[in-house]
Parts: sequence; structure tokens; C-alpha cells
Amino acid sequence: MAVRIGVVVFPGSNCDRDTVHALDRAGAEPIVLWHEEASLRGVAAVVLPGGFAYGDYLRAGVIARFSPVMRAIGAFAADGGLVLGICNGFQVLAEAGLVPGALLRNRSLRFLGRDVHIAATRLDTPFTHALAAAGAPLRMPVAHGEGCYFADDATLDALERDGEVLFRYVDEAGHRASEDDRAANPTGSLRAIAGVSNAAGNVAGLMPHPERAAEAILGSEAGAGIIRSLVESAARAARQPVAVAVGAR
Amino acid sequence: MTLAERAVEPLHRRLGVTDDELEAIRDRLGGRDPNDLELAMFSVMWSEHCSYKSSRPLLRTLPTAGKDVVAGPGENAGVISIGDGLAVAFKIESHNHPSAVEPYQGAATGVGGILRDIFTMGARPIAILDALRFGDPADARTRHLVDGVVRGVGGYGNCVGVPTVGGELVFDRSYQGNPLVNVMAIGLLEERRLTLATAGQPGDLVVLFGSATGRDGIGGASVLASATFTDDDPSKRPSVQVGDPFAEKLLIEASLELIERGLVEGLQDLGAGGITCATSETADRAGAGILVDLDAIPRREPGMAPFEVMISESQERMCAAVRADRWPEVREVCTRWGLPVAIIGRVTDDGDLTIVEGGPDEDGHALAPAREIARVPARALTSDAIVHERVASPPTRERPAPAPGVRLGPSDRLPERGMDPGAVLLALLGSANLSSRRTIFEQYDSTVGADTVVGPGHGAAVLRIKGTTKALVATTDGNQSVGRLDPYLAAALSVAEATRNVSITGARPLGVTNCLNYGDPTRPEAFWELREGVRGLADACLALGLPVTGGNVSLYNESPAGAIAPTPEIGVVGLLEDIATLAGPAFRDDGDHVLLLGETTAGLAGSAYVELAGEAAEDGPPALDLGREAALQSFVREAIAHGLVASAQDVSGGGLATALAECAMWGERGADLRVAAGDSPAVGLFGESPSRVVLSAAPGSVPALLRLAEAQGVPATELGLVGGDRLRIELRGAGATGSPEERGSRVADALDVSLADLRLAWDRGLPRALGWED
Repeated sequence: MAVRIGVVVFPGSNCDRDTVHALDRAGAEPIVLWHEEASLRGVAAVVLPGGFAYGDYLRAGVIARFSPVMRAIGAFAADGGLVLGICNGFQVLAEAGLVPGALLRNRSLRFLGRDVHIAATRLDTPFTHALAAAGAPLRMPVAHGEGCYFADDATLDALERDGEVLFRYVDEAGHRASEDDRAANPTGSLRAIAGVSNAAGNVAGLMPHPERAAEAILGSEAGAGIIRSLVESAARAARQPVAVAVGAR
Repeated sequence: MTLAERAVEPLHRRLGVTDDELEAIRDRLGGRDPNDLELAMFSVMWSEHCSYKSSRPLLRTLPTAGKDVVAGPGENAGVISIGDGLAVAFKIESHNHPSAVEPYQGAATGVGGILRDIFTMGARPIAILDALRFGDPADARTRHLVDGVVRGVGGYGNCVGVPTVGGELVFDRSYQGNPLVNVMAIGLLEERRLTLATAGQPGDLVVLFGSATGRDGIGGASVLASATFTDDDPSKRPSVQVGDPFAEKLLIEASLELIERGLVEGLQDLGAGGITCATSETADRAGAGILVDLDAIPRREPGMAPFEVMISESQERMCAAVRADRWPEVREVCTRWGLPVAIIGRVTDDGDLTIVEGGPDEDGHALAPAREIARVPARALTSDAIVHERVASPPTRERPAPAPGVRLGPSDRLPERGMDPGAVLLALLGSANLSSRRTIFEQYDSTVGADTVVGPGHGAAVLRIKGTTKALVATTDGNQSVGRLDPYLAAALSVAEATRNVSITGARPLGVTNCLNYGDPTRPEAFWELREGVRGLADACLALGLPVTGGNVSLYNESPAGAIAPTPEIGVVGLLEDIATLAGPAFRDDGDHVLLLGETTAGLAGSAYVELAGEAAEDGPPALDLGREAALQSFVREAIAHGLVASAQDVSGGGLATALAECAMWGERGADLRVAAGDSPAVGLFGESPSRVVLSAAPGSVPALLRLAEAQGVPATELGLVGGDRLRIELRGAGATGSPEERGSRVADALDVSLADLRLAWDRGLPRALGWED
């Protein structure tokens, strides 16, 4: 039986349908979780999709974190439940303190919509295990105004030490981008960080959009591995509901 | 006019209603004078923008019929059936004047307005294309406008989650005081969900949902869109609407849910003319009347006068006709999406738009304390609005319209024999109009929706349709530089180019939407340009067998510097039955043969080359043979469907050499080619004669391709082979074989440029022209 994965819809979410489509193709049974729901209806994992939750007024993600569904997600995450935030979903997770760091305005101070390359730093996580190789460049689009990853040096050191940096911006050949490489790391993210997880490893966020690069017809299938990782991890979690996600580390 | 004189000016004139028009209003009111509220409503509805009072007689001449057309002009957007129970809705519209005053909000609300036209039909918006035209890119004001408009398009489109997948950015001196912001939107719907903008039946409720009504955009249609600009006039700023894409996103979802659940009888968005326009148009379409209770309309602020409420163009509002028993569900849907919703009136059977203060009773009759403050026949505001028969006369030119290809004498301004073709190509590729638009479209989300197969930057946009093998292909094209020479030809050329750009992907063009940007129609020369443009549009659509399904007319595009060059902007949507057959412009494989289909003909006027090299006083623009165009497009589609084509690229701005350079750059492989330059290398390499396509094909496919071309009467010329990392074009013919003395010292008889140099010129052209740091 297909594993149930919840896709949260805030007013202003606009990648929810794309995410549902990608999860569906990956063999999951996606269900939509409305922002006012206080229950996650027994899903095995949750995806916070991209968009402009509550219009992103004040600051991206800052209002969404107070919604009823986020309280439920906070409890779910604390129990080891799998949560993936994509783009605006990552911003919401960061604002809610479920993943470390913050997303600042892009270095250009403009919205940026284009393909980038990222690479997973490790494959032993619920969000990356189905990828072919660590360090291999994965081409997929970014589309955001606030995607410059920021944290203080001590936090960044700790993230790197503890393996919480999941994805980095790389060039076409897979070499790690520097912070001032405008071609490969166009948002200016510190230490070229494109995605992180929490310390327990069950909550992760990334700025690029794997769900838009999960079919050959769209020009890249590189994102499919991330989606498939989540679906397989969720299926395992559904069979053994006690924090398998953490165990997978 | 002095302030004192303006103060004693009668109200109707201050509202832009002429004395003749006031007389016509009296006729429609049984001889009585309109009161002030009624006059304000007429002033908006009889504005050029809402009534098409100058252009309506011309627009009637356009071909609109087609076997797959489900909804045509007169509805909010054209709708064409694409099989599988699906249909595509599309339309282009202008927001020129608001964008000149306040570029961010002007452009943003332009996007919002055209998206509402799409989802009002029951279609989910799936793509935006923005066709933008500005003055000199080196000018500080232009740079301010470009930056604001691009941020506005992105700010709105990105937030509502509709990808911006194509469009144009063109610089031309004639837009210096009057930029053009034309936005096209495309939506996809299940045909059975098609919803029309009608008021339903007498007794139905009139429901307003979305944002509350405020004082923004008062007189947008009449003040801004229907008068010539005096200058950057700050007094017009309050007439610009303010957009809220977050509210629009909620409006999209709520509207589509209402339609999906069959809760509305008719749906109309509120744009120009606000509540007055939405209620009178829907009533007129249904042959009904509407009674509006002014007090029931949710306001943003207290103290608004009735006329302000009735003509406000506050954004992100929708008006629905709802059966009374459906109201609780409608209210629930809107409330769940966080949208204010209110019953503001009832559909009646008297044919009048009636405004009361105090509220109607259950039967739609005004209550005792209610006061009727306006009553006008709905049709007087809409289908029976005044029509002006304008005078047209061709402009007196300094010289008679020239014939294409008049033999040029030796001229240092058009250095036929003194040019280095490689340097000219690099200059063209790096020019403000032909260089990469990446700097612009990277500010747009072009991939949200996960349907974008081909996004901006490489010809027509391609969007797959989930759950089918089909794809939609869309493009916009306009041609102002030929427009100022020959407005008839410019319109026909724009249709030819836009449809060709669709055909070279393998898709069949379905229909045409148009945005006709012209000057002040009360000037006979400007009206002549409009009339010629419509004639060209009609002839081209007839010849290519395409219906015009809707569009928009933008007049009064003038500034103190003069009128814009006539700019008929053409949007085309095509259908590709099997996306596996999709052809793109990039060279695909080394060793493939390169062919030119179609014939190169004389005439350089209006070309990018002439813009660079200077005017050739004697020359004219190249002629268009619509029969040849139709044959070429049909051939290309068939060749692609048969799998004979590796790549297909249209020859347009910058001519054959530019088209070849694009195929090479985008395919990351060079080519070794020979081009017959005749007696004019400029025409052969850089001329923009229409009805030409560059194809590449695997060696094994070439014989079949040539046979098909011959059978269909399309001239085909083999140019050479794909391969290497340079674009090399050897010139053949009289123009290239003169003695070195005759040719001049800088002359080359071959063009030989590395791909890296092509790409550098192409990549850096636009940021450099705009002075933007990259």
C-alpha cells in the first residue's frame, strides 16, 4: 500500500500541486493538509512546499510558523517524524526553529529563478539515501527572493562537524562553490549551503526545487532521487512508527 | 487651460465626456440628463478602454470563427478546445499607461488583471508571457522603468505561482515617453467547466468577493488609459491601482473551487470600470438587469462617495451570479480562503443597472427608506455604448513608401562592400534588442507548475499537459520598426513570425490574441495606422486559417515626443499532439546537414542591421507572401512530425547569420556553411525577409526532407554541416567576389567566429546596454 505523505497548504502556497504530483509519481499517496488542521491524520511524513505562505508579508515564513498545522508538525518532528521543507517550506522550518539557520535576501537583492547544481554531502539520511552518489551534481531550479543561507560561524562549524549540511551548491562538474561564486552559488549562501537538517536528522530543508526536476520531460530527473528517498524513508517509518528516520542515520 | 477655466468647466468634460457624447447619453436615458453618479459611470464605461468606441467597427472585420473555438471575442478570454475534454484559454492585454506612471504597480496589476481574465473562464492559469517595450536603454528614466516593470511582473507572477515562460524586451526610441507593457496569460480548463461572464437568471444573487473596495484606481480606465500623456504627471498616480498577489492567489483558488463545485451561474472579474463595468456587462450579456445595494459593498475606508465605490478599480475582486440556495456554500468557500464576501445585489428582469442606498428587499425591490441613486439601461453602458466613426488618412511622408530592394548606390552608411561580416554579427548579437534576455527572465519564476519544458530564452515556450502526450506552445511577437514604415505589413509580419515560431516546434497554431498599441485615434494619421494594422492582422489570420479569439486595444500611446511606432503585439498558442516529436532551435549532432527553407528576398529597411548600420534612404522593408508563409509552416510541421528534423530555427531579427549563431550557441556546436550572398552580403546574412527557417537534419533524413520540400513547393538550400567550435560562413556570389581593392581593406569574404566569442557578445549585451552589474 502506498505510503501517506502530507503536503501542507498555507494560503499562498503555490508548489503544493507540483509536490503532490511528484510524490504521486514516486509511488506515495499524497494528501493535502490545510493550514488550519491541528491533526496530521496519521501521515508517515510531511512536506512543506514552496510558495508565498500568507503572502510572505513581513518576512518569508514568519507568519506561517504560527499556524495550527505547524504546532502539529512541531510535535510530529519532536517524535522523530520525517519533515521536508522545500523553498518557502525551508523558510518556514527555519523561522519555526525546526532547522538551524536563516534565509536572507539573495545577494542580488532580486528574485532569482534559474537552474543550479547541488550535491548531497552524504547518502546515509532519509532525504538522500536513494541518490546515486554523494557529491554528484544534481541540476534543478531555484526560484526565490530570500534564499541566502545564513548562520553564525559557530553554528556553521557545528553543522559541518555534525553532518547537518545535507546539500551544497556545486558547479556543473560537482566542485563545491565558493561563497562569492555568482555562477554556481548565485544566492551567496554561506559555505555554499543549499540544504540542512536538524540535529536528529529527521527534519530537513532545501531551497532548490527537486519536485520540478523529477521527470526527463522537464529537462532534469536529478530531483527524483530526493523525492524517492523521502518516500522510501516514509514507507519504512510507516512500518515501524518509532523514529526509524533517526535510526537511519 | 488655466485652473480658473478648469474650475468652470462642466462636469462631463472634466470626466472626459464630450458634448456630443453627453447628448448621446441623454438619448439613452429617454431625454433626461444623467445625474452626477450616472455621469461618472458613463464616463468610465464610454472610455476608449472599456467601450472600444473608436476601434469597434474595425475589430468586427477580424476573422473569429474556427471549429475548435469555444469562446471568442467579447468574453474575458478566448477559449479553444484541444481534445481530451480539455481547452486552452488565452489573452493578451496592455497596461501601458499605469506602467509609465508607476512601473512596479502598473506592471504587477497588469499581470493580475490578465490572470483574472483567464480564471474567470474556469481555467487554471498556467503561463504568463510579458511583451515589454521601452525607449533608449542608456537613458536613466528607461532604466528605472525597466527595473520597475520587471520587478512588478516578477513580484506578482512569482507570488501567485504562475510561471513567466516567455515574452519580449524591445528598445525603440519611439517608446521613450510611453513604454508598452503587454501581458499574455494562458490557462487550461476542462471544457465542461467553461464559465461565462453572465448574470444568470432574474432572482440570482450578485455576490462580490475578494478585496474590499477602496479609493485606488479611481478613473484608471478613463484618466489613464484613454488620454494622451502630457508628461510624467504625478497627479495621475492615484489612478494607478495597487496589486496584492497574495489576495489574487486566494482568489484563484476560491474561484476555481466555486466553478469546480458548480456554485456560480456566471463569473466576472473586476477590472477597468470596477463594479459598474462588472455588473453592467454581466447584466447585458444575460439580457437582464442588476440592482446594486451600495451599502452592502465592503469598503476599505469610510466616507467614500457613491461614485468612488462604483468606479473604483481596487484589484483582486470578483463578481458572481449565485442561485440563492447556493449562497451558504459560496460564503463557506470564500471565507475558508480568507476572502471577504458579500451579497451586493440581485439580478432583475428590467434590463437596468440600478443603484440604491439602503438595500433591496427579498424581491429585489428597494426598501422604503432606500433611495434609488442611479438607474441606467445596462446595455447603454456596454453593447449600446457610443461608437465613433473616426477619420483615417495616411501620414504625409518625406518620401513615398519605398520598394524593397531598390538597388543601393555606394554608401558609407550602409557599407555593403566595406564590412567585416563577423564583426557585424557580433555587434548584432550583442545589441540591446538581440542579446540574451537572461538578466530579465532570471527574475521570473519560469518553472513553477512543473510543466515548463522550454522556458524563456530559446524561442517559443513549451508547456506539457500532465496526463496527456500533448503540449502547448506559446509566443508573442511584434514589429515596431516595420510598423513605422508600413503598419499593414507590420501586423501581417507579426502574425507570420509568431505563428512560425510555434510551427517550428512542430505544433499547430490554434489561434491569435492581439494587443493593438497605437496613438490618439482622433488624429487621422494614428487612426489610419490602427486601421492598417487591423487590416494586416485580418489578412494574415485569414491566409493562415487562424481565428482571432480576443485581445485588447490600447490607444493614446503618445508622449510630448510624439506617438509610438504602431505596435500590433501578437500572441499565439499552438498545440503539439505528441511532445516526443518536439523540435528545438539548437543544433543537435555533429555531421548534421544545415538547410535554409524559404527564399531570401531584398529589402533591409526595418531590420536590426539597418538600425546598426544606419538608414538606407532608398530601401524598403521586405515583402511578405502569406501563401508562401502558410506553405513553409505546413511543410515544417509535417517534416517534424515525420521525424526528419534535428533542429528548427526561425530567421527573424538579425537575419540568417543571427539565426545560425543561435542554433550554434544553444547547441554548443559550430558549423561550416556557405551562403549565397547574391550581390548584397548584407541581405544574404542579415536581411530579415520573412517565411524562412533554418533546419538541421541527420544525413539520412536529408533526401526525404528535400523531397517533401519540393512536393510542397518550398525552396530548400543546403548550407553545410554542423560541427566544430566555430561558426564559419563562406559568402558566395557577386557581392563577395569583388577585388580586395573594391571590397576595402577590412573586408572578409567569410564570417568565422568562435562559439565562445558569440556567446560572450550575446550574454553581455543586455546588462551592458542597461548598465547593470552582472
